[in-house]
Amino acid sequence: MSNATASAADTVKKVSLLRILGPGHVWALGVGIVLVGEYTGWNFAADKGGTLAALIICWVIGLLYTSVAMIDSEVTSTVAAAGGQYAQAKHIVGPLMAFNVALYLVFAYTMLEVSNAILIADTVKSYAGEGFSDWHYKGIIAIVIVGLAALNYRGVLMTLNVNFVITAIAYLAIIVLFFSVQPWSQGTILKLNEMVTPENALPYGWIGVIAAFHWGIWFYLGIEGTTQAAEEVRSPARSLPYGTMAGMITLLIGASLTWYICASLMPWQYLGFTYYPLLDAGKLTGSAVLENMMFAATILAALASANGCINDAARAWFSLGRDRYLPPWFSAVHPVYRTPYRSIIFLVPIALAFAFIANLGQAITFSILSGVLHYTFMSVNIMMFRNKWPLGTIRRGYTHPFHPLPAIVLLALCVVTYFAIFLGYGAQLTAMVVFYVIMSLWFHFYRYRYVKRGDQFTMPWPKPMGY
Amino acid sequence: MWIAIANIGWILSAALFLWMLYDWFRVDTTYSEATLTSSREGEIEAFQETHRV
Repeated sequence: MSNATASAADTVKKVSLLRILGPGHVWALGVGIVLVGEYTGWNFAADKGGTLAALIICWVIGLLYTSVAMIDSEVTSTVAAAGGQYAQAKHIVGPLMAFNVALYLVFAYTMLEVSNAILIADTVKSYAGEGFSDWHYKGIIAIVIVGLAALNYRGVLMTLNVNFVITAIAYLAIIVLFFSVQPWSQGTILKLNEMVTPENALPYGWIGVIAAFHWGIWFYLGIEGTTQAAEEVRSPARSLPYGTMAGMITLLIGASLTWYICASLMPWQYLGFTYYPLLDAGKLTGSAVLENMMFAATILAALASANGCINDAARAWFSLGRDRYLPPWFSAVHPVYRTPYRSIIFLVPIALAFAFIANLGQAITFSILSGVLHYTFMSVNIMMFRNKWPLGTIRRGYTHPFHPLPAIVLLALCVVTYFAIFLGYGAQLTAMVVFYVIMSLWFHFYRYRYVKRGDQFTMPWPKPMGY
Repeated sequence: MWIAIANIGWILSAALFLWMLYDWFRVDTTYSEATLTSSREGEIEAFQETHRV
């Protein structure tokens, strides 16, 4: 390495992120971040509204995320820059919105990374037996966060190759479990008609379905993370729409299969309580092979998610530094590995601190809240994008159909989700909104004076309509 | 087994974190700050930069 560093020092005058990724890596990044949601999290929707509510939410929230994927694909195939939605907000809405969006991104991904590390440690603890102390629990958390940060530090290609493999294994485990429980033969292993009856399908009525929106987000939370790879894919206009839409299709199938397996094996009271719906489904089949497979797959899914989250949070932080929204020191790129190495290292102790002091429910809720704030922005963003630069004024890699219907659907579903979060976590929702308001004031009155205002707008677009 | 893995986890995470700090220090002392922070948004050959409508 030292020879490589020394020789590079002589020749490299300008360093940037490495453009090396393809559509498969984009898929691995998006699905990798999200798939852990099938292994834990979505099932708490059953606690809020029953098993049928979880299915309704699976598809309704699927609609929300399909809108997210379509909108994201259009805008990102045009604004291809690290930072993803941050770069979109900067060019389309303005600097203050961009700063907030970047904070949403960093919080959503860092808290999701923390949740994944806690989940892995909890899973290991449940199998470790006596003698597994708090020291050992934190040792698992430490190696997950630091080990994956080191992988990210070392290079994006290896990081997302690893993500592709472990995400594919975790997804295949769901498929294998599905066929192992003989879904064509209800009554043999699966007992859907006994678990979900007209009496218990919606135990709290339709208000339970609304409340279930909070956890339904977990089916797909993070698919929009594909856009963070925009500056590192060889062909953003092709790879990002392909990777994102393929990821969304993969997840819709995976979510439906997951619901069917779990709903057919567990009563809603247990399904809404357990942290490990798919692992428990493996256990309930009575097969040690399936149980061990789902145990390994749970850990792999959480690892893939944490890995992708570190990648995305670091890119968002790096982009803020590059535009001087934060000190430009954070915008350094490693001259050999071509990664935003200072941002990656800086976020490690923050993730460790949260993982050591927070519990899983708090971390997940912070992540969900930041995510929903972010989706709300996206619905406004696409409206402004189409108004300022109508079709035909700039070239788009992908043009999403039925505009403005997806944006309206997205905004409406976000409003319902805020209400659902308020029902369960009103104090946290208020606290986070206050936090973002304070950060906005800090940016407006203090930090923005350091920003080189002309330099931050980099897209060679014509003037927007009406300006 | 899990207890051993957790103990190894502490050692490995400490080693990896120290490696990152060491590499960070070495890079920062080998290259100028101007080189390290020379990345600019919009320098990629993205679709929109051909910009012919």
